[in-house]
Amino acid sequence: MIKFSSKVFLNSILTGSIMMALSACELAPEQEYSISITNLTHSQPLSPPVAMLHKKKFSFWSIGEEASEALEIMSEGGDGSGLLALKPQNPQYQGSVPLFPGESVEFTLNTNRDNLKNLSIAGMLVNTNDAFSGLNGIELLDLEEGQSSVYYTYTYDAGTEFNSELNGTIPGPADGGEGYNATRDDVTSVVTYHSGVVSADDNFTHSTLSSADKFDNPTLRIVVTAH
Amino acid sequence: MNKKLLLAIALASTSISNISAQELSISFTNLTHGSHFTPLLFSAHTEDQHIFEINTPASTNLQAMAEGGVISGLLADLTALSADSVANPAEGLMAPGQSVNFKLSTQEINSKLSMTAMILPTNDGFVGLDSLSIPTEAGTYTYYLNGYDAGTEANDEIINGGGAPGAAGIPADPLGQNGTNASGVINSENNTHIHIHRGIIGDTDSTGGVSDLDSRIHRWLNPVARLIIEVK
Repeated sequence: MIKFSSKVFLNSILTGSIMMALSACELAPEQEYSISITNLTHSQPLSPPVAMLHKKKFSFWSIGEEASEALEIMSEGGDGSGLLALKPQNPQYQGSVPLFPGESVEFTLNTNRDNLKNLSIAGMLVNTNDAFSGLNGIELLDLEEGQSSVYYTYTYDAGTEFNSELNGTIPGPADGGEGYNATRDDVTSVVTYHSGVVSADDNFTHSTLSSADKFDNPTLRIVVTAH
Repeated sequence: MNKKLLLAIALASTSISNISAQELSISFTNLTHGSHFTPLLFSAHTEDQHIFEINTPASTNLQAMAEGGVISGLLADLTALSADSVANPAEGLMAPGQSVNFKLSTQEINSKLSMTAMILPTNDGFVGLDSLSIPTEAGTYTYYLNGYDAGTEANDEIINGGGAPGAAGIPADPLGQNGTNASGVINSENNTHIHIHRGIIGDTDSTGGVSDLDSRIHRWLNPVARLIIEVK
């Protein structure tokens, strides 16, 4: 038994052709996914969304862990390009305009690798301090041609900026204030779900937000179809 | 000689219980941004047993859990019913974002899974799961859990150390972000049955106002917890 397996091992080292054949096996037929994102909120524009196909082990964020700098920049200021730059070779999409409430955006991602079939999507709810919504590495491997999966997404808090709602701290049209700031001053410093905004109409008189900026889960509907 | 015999008996009983047992790998996460969970109680039990049921009054021991985080009474109830329980796997309070992983071995007859933990700071809010049918096919299953109100105490949102059943007020805010000297949001409640929690009111007045809770910190949106069950 031992002798046999070591012989195979040796052979595969010596013959480059076997190695090439093995890596060729990883290539699957080209798979196209069309992805549609709909903003379900009352008046929270979503920053230009970013999407990526990646390996199972990779993620844009993890609940209970501190946000990466790229996630902080996206969730405080709406610029998701840093998240895409984490894996520049991967199939990816970068939105060019915000996704407004009630609107949808559609795009496609292609891959011919079975190990790049986890999908992540992210965008900031721009009338907040550091709220974002999206998908965290959902598995597409079992989605067969012609089939669709529908996801309703929850809303996350990056844990990088206190939800002060104060004038000048929120980049969206409700305030026009600051986006990304490297200072981390939240009471919980890890990624969690978001607790929603309070607003001036809910007795927080110093809030720059109004009842129009309130949201509840879910915040996005995402439909993924395999072609 | 005696030692050997005991070992043999122990091994035999292990293998007997394994015949009908299921060992679940459980991962549980506090998804909230500003609330802790008191010690968790997970239990697999038969179809006709419940730790709590929506639209019914809380048991005395559920009330003790929901108002003060005490699970010993519920655990004793479940043990008397031959349920398979894991108490306090996170060994104390679970902070926002925190996860815990543990195993739960179940007898075949205990096909339903329930769990509870108090949400702190609240008056009588808790995260719960009532009688989930435990999956038997191999796979990884994800569930999202909501916040409930035990219906046993008015949600006055006053932090005064009150955690005993029937005592008004909230025991503490483990995050240390609470205010003081609140006048109280409400003194009495009509719905005395278990229901989905309506959430925290709070305010931003740290030395008065209606609530000792902070509306920017202590509120939550459902779901409040994620449960992942791995069946081998």
